[in-house]
Amino acid sequence: MTITESRAVALDPEEARRLRNARLERIGRWLLPLTIMVLAIWLWDRICVWNEIPQYILPRPGVVLQTLHKDAGLLFGSLLVTLRITFLSLALAVIGGVGLAVLFTQSKWVEMSFFPFAVVLQVTPIVAIFPLINIYVDNQTAKLLLCAWIVAFFPILSNTTLGLNSVDRNLRDLFRLNGATRWQELWHLRLPAAMPYFLGGLKIAGGLSLIGAVVAEFVAGASGQSSGLASRIIEAGYRLNAPRLFAALILISLTGIVIFLVLSLVSHLALRRWHESALKQEG
Amino acid sequence: MNEGAPLLVMDGVGKTFSNGVTALDDVNLTIGEGDFLSLLGPSGCGKSTALRLIAGLSVPTRGRLDWRKEMGDDCVGFVFQEPTLLPWASVFDNVWLPLRLRGVSRAKAAPAVHELLERVHLSGFENAVPRELSGGMKMRVSIARGLVTKPRVLLMDEPFAALDEITRFKLNNDLLELWQDERFTVVFVTHSVFESVFLSNRIVVMAARPGRVHEEIAIDAPYPRDEAFRTSPGYAALCRQASDVLVLAINSTHGAAA
Ligand SMILES: Nc1ncnc2c1ncn2[C@@H]1O[C@H](COP(=O)(O)OP(=O)(O)OP(=O)(O)O)[C@@H](O)[C@H]1O
Ligand SMILES: [Mg+2]
Repeated sequence: MTITESRAVALDPEEARRLRNARLERIGRWLLPLTIMVLAIWLWDRICVWNEIPQYILPRPGVVLQTLHKDAGLLFGSLLVTLRITFLSLALAVIGGVGLAVLFTQSKWVEMSFFPFAVVLQVTPIVAIFPLINIYVDNQTAKLLLCAWIVAFFPILSNTTLGLNSVDRNLRDLFRLNGATRWQELWHLRLPAAMPYFLGGLKIAGGLSLIGAVVAEFVAGASGQSSGLASRIIEAGYRLNAPRLFAALILISLTGIVIFLVLSLVSHLALRRWHESALKQEG
Repeated sequence: MNEGAPLLVMDGVGKTFSNGVTALDDVNLTIGEGDFLSLLGPSGCGKSTALRLIAGLSVPTRGRLDWRKEMGDDCVGFVFQEPTLLPWASVFDNVWLPLRLRGVSRAKAAPAVHELLERVHLSGFENAVPRELSGGMKMRVSIARGLVTKPRVLLMDEPFAALDEITRFKLNNDLLELWQDERFTVVFVTHSVFESVFLSNRIVVMAARPGRVHEEIAIDAPYPRDEAFRTSPGYAALCRQASDVLVLAINSTHGAAA
């Protein structure tokens, strides 16, 4: 008895090593990418200096940072425009994706009839569809929204449909036995069961709606007037203003990263009490 | 109360699935009020199919199931082999579910839910979610959920098969206690001779291919049955008797298959 107890306190070498490794890994997960990032930026700076690369081809990181500060008003204003399109289209993608998925699970026939159209919409490159949208839709915001929505709604639709359909058979029998209505089954069983799938789709859709918004602006910017980050990039490209181009680019990536992190957090918080995917991170 | 009067009469019931498998053939069975009836038989002999027919989850291909007239539509509770709980819902919400689906509010359901949770020794776990419970505890929640609507018949499909022996004995005792207090009727599917003898007053031994009733054994040992009964010579003798019948049933299956 006493032997096992003292063992529980004083770890044997193997367990101690495992614990040490786990601790190192936790630190390394943050430290390593950060170090590499800093190194890469330093190397970028050195390459510019060593090769005497002119600013309009490759600006030094410091200059990009300065531009980000100097042009803050312009760039963040544009960021807001892009963000508005991104979030509006993400919201519409959620509504449209979940709504369609619910409709699909109400009737196999509806799903069979309409799912192929969703796939067609998904696999056709948005850049190719845009000229059509450009002809038929007048309002600039509506154009961009439609574009970003087409890109973003599919993962939500297909994931949620899968989730709504992968309900435990016995649980469905249980609901039937208790005389549950279709609506009750949807609300108390299918929707909660689809939650992990939906959140997985949402994580993908978040990034896609940003991409959709930027791509839409790009294509629209070529033909019309727009004030989002993409048009800042096009503009800076024409004027060979590489520092601003880089600054805008960095803003877009950062936005994408933030969206991903926020959605991951949302997903973790929503599932942490019951779903396996959220439990792993506790250990 | 008309004790022992038939609650359900199964008359020449058969079930053939669309893939051509005849899971049940010509089953004649009478379930009396207050019975603890076990369906015992080898794997694939149609025990689950029979239970689903009784629950109304599936309809017979041949024959009829006649319920006693005054029985309503939802007089059955069902306990599955796995706990089959809603993983995102608390213990309370899981037990409340059948009532909730009938439009009973949380406040109205609370007394019944709490009482049942106490009966299955889970007071204090109302707010836990299933993954925070052990296998045995989950099964208790499942039993509480099956009983919360005060069903006349509780149908159980190998409810304890996945549990260890100690937990199973404990749950057997608790189930018997509940059954004696509440006087509902139980149809209990099991693979285990020992379990069926310990629990039931009637064992229906089934044979496979096609699934049918091979023989019925009456277990006359008086209730309450406790740990002393489990070690008594009478229990051992009954187990031997039931196991002999089961062997015959399995052999008759082999004969039919050959
Ligand atoms: N939905 C179904 N469609 C087709 N065949 C089925 C279906 N359900 C059961 N069967 C078949 O019916 C037979 C009886 O199945 P059942 O599940 O009732 O057996 P069981 O006695 O409960 O077996 P076990 O003890 O392994 O659970 C099996 O041969 C099975 O393959
Ligand atoms: Mg079965």
